[in-house]
Amino acid sequence: MKAPNDFWHFDKDISGCGVFGVIDKKKKLIPGTMPIDAMATMHDRGNGLGGGFAAYGIYPEHADLYAFHLMCDDQAGLDRAEEIIKQYFDIKISEPIPTRKVQAIKESPLMWRFFLSPKEDRPKWQDVGEDDYVVNIVMHINNRVPGAFVFSSGKNMGAFKGVGFPEDIADFFRLDEYSGYMWTGHNRFPTNTPGWWGGAHPFTLLDWAIVHNGEISSYGINRRYLCQHDYECNMMTDTEVVAYLLDLLIRKHGLSHEMACKVFAPPFWDEIERMPKDEREAYEALRMVYGPAMLNGPFAILVTDSNGMMGLNDRVKLRPLVIGEKDDMVFMSSEESSIREVCRELDRVWAPKAGEPVIVKLED
Amino acid sequence: MAKKCTLDAQGVYYRQLNEQIREAVRDGAVEIELDNVRGQRYIGNSVEAPVHFTIHGVPGQDLGMFMRGATIRVEGNAQDGVGNTMDDGEIQINGMSGDVLGYAMRGGRILVKQDVGYRVGIHMKSYMEKQPVIVAGGKAGDFLGEYMAGGAIILLGMDSTMDKKAPITGRSLGTGMHGGIIYIRGDVPEYQLGPGLQLESINEEDEAFIRSHVADWAKAFGKSVDEVMEGKFKKVTPFSHRPYGNMYVGTN
Repeated sequence: MKAPNDFWHFDKDISGCGVFGVIDKKKKLIPGTMPIDAMATMHDRGNGLGGGFAAYGIYPEHADLYAFHLMCDDQAGLDRAEEIIKQYFDIKISEPIPTRKVQAIKESPLMWRFFLSPKEDRPKWQDVGEDDYVVNIVMHINNRVPGAFVFSSGKNMGAFKGVGFPEDIADFFRLDEYSGYMWTGHNRFPTNTPGWWGGAHPFTLLDWAIVHNGEISSYGINRRYLCQHDYECNMMTDTEVVAYLLDLLIRKHGLSHEMACKVFAPPFWDEIERMPKDEREAYEALRMVYGPAMLNGPFAILVTDSNGMMGLNDRVKLRPLVIGEKDDMVFMSSEESSIREVCRELDRVWAPKAGEPVIVKLED
Repeated sequence: MAKKCTLDAQGVYYRQLNEQIREAVRDGAVEIELDNVRGQRYIGNSVEAPVHFTIHGVPGQDLGMFMRGATIRVEGNAQDGVGNTMDDGEIQINGMSGDVLGYAMRGGRILVKQDVGYRVGIHMKSYMEKQPVIVAGGKAGDFLGEYMAGGAIILLGMDSTMDKKAPITGRSLGTGMHGGIIYIRGDVPEYQLGPGLQLESINEEDEAFIRSHVADWAKAFGKSVDEVMEGKFKKVTPFSHRPYGNMYVGTN
């Protein structure tokens, strides 16, 4: 292909993805308009091929039930998924995810949500914990049921995502009508993989949700490693591996959040060599045992679960991340301007060091 | 058009804001005040007139990119890409800045009250009277002055938002530099330096150079130049004009 003669007239905005997160440590509710306005400030970090939000504390009346959000090609896809869900869960509520018609979003999959409790008498996987039981069913639907994806499966939380700018996706899902104590948002600028509804961020599993700016160059090895542990990647986006790695490392293997971060973004070998003996041996062990779980490539990620929020950069900080603090609220964002948009006065603003996680836990 | 004008950036998209700025510059404004700036990109880009901007808020990416001769004062923090390939003029940031400040800078000066991010001053260059200078009052991230080819970076490590224990600079300091000079106030562990580089003591000429720029930095942010100069400075200079001349093709 040859560039046209007036190639310099191309009206292209240079971009990267954008992430934003806010948490209230005392669980005071934050209206959806806050993350929406913050993401809209970073409109130009994406290109309209993906936007999404994760919200915690939005279903308090069903807090003990698993909230499954599904996107389906058509009614037949939804029916096939429901058939599976019925075998493994008692369906307490089955309803469409409320949406409104939005000019910017021309077509969308069928959006449905179920509030579920696992069957007392399980037809399969009787010996595993409840979390694993749920994960197995999510994996089964996403990989074996044509035309249906479970894109959110936690309790008292939900992911909302699709193809569009984040503010349009929020409008579509009526997120201004929700309130939660913790939110993350994402504006996508797809680089290596298609911009489709399932490929938008956040990626979730149980109550894990992750939004990511950057690219996971180690996707291939991460994916194969996860496959050995029965996690199957099917969303065609590199970030998916991070959600499953968190579930594997923290929930199943019992690593702390800090240690999981040191698996994702380990110190360089020369840094490890300069450490005191105990520390050195711990890091050597982590790098040897979890080598295939290391994330290579540029990233700024925000990870949330029911305990709190965590921000992490790759170890040479190839993507921006800024932290803002105001009373009980902590903000994490690609750009300080988005934080100032929703909170003019901050107690503290700072940029975390490469590879050093910022972990904010909810107070109970 | 008055010589001084104020633009309210509240809710204004970056394209429209920059159009308004360009129109004001064309109409002969010499002082432009921008209020409620939050994330608008490219402010001051390619402005070639001696205009003075005052920005209230947080300007977006690539502030003052390709700027030639204007001056910008930010009353707040700045984001990434400040002074990208800037040619002449001055940017003052009364706060901290994000990553890649002064990338490929070829002239002019950037003064930052506090910290600067990662990859600051990479690919800076100089030629004859074009001698770019960056002065940062706080700490810096990794890759400070990477591939530097000219100009000067002065890092004070004094007014920082970071932990007291955090090092003044990060890894790969000056990696691949083949021109220019980096001055650092305080101690830097040798292992943070790029391959082949070493820390050297400064001489009288260096001290006079540092003092002249630090004096302006101190004046801009209400600091004491004497207090700064009480500290001990070290410098990093390239060990060769062509550090990797033999890397791919041996010539001897």
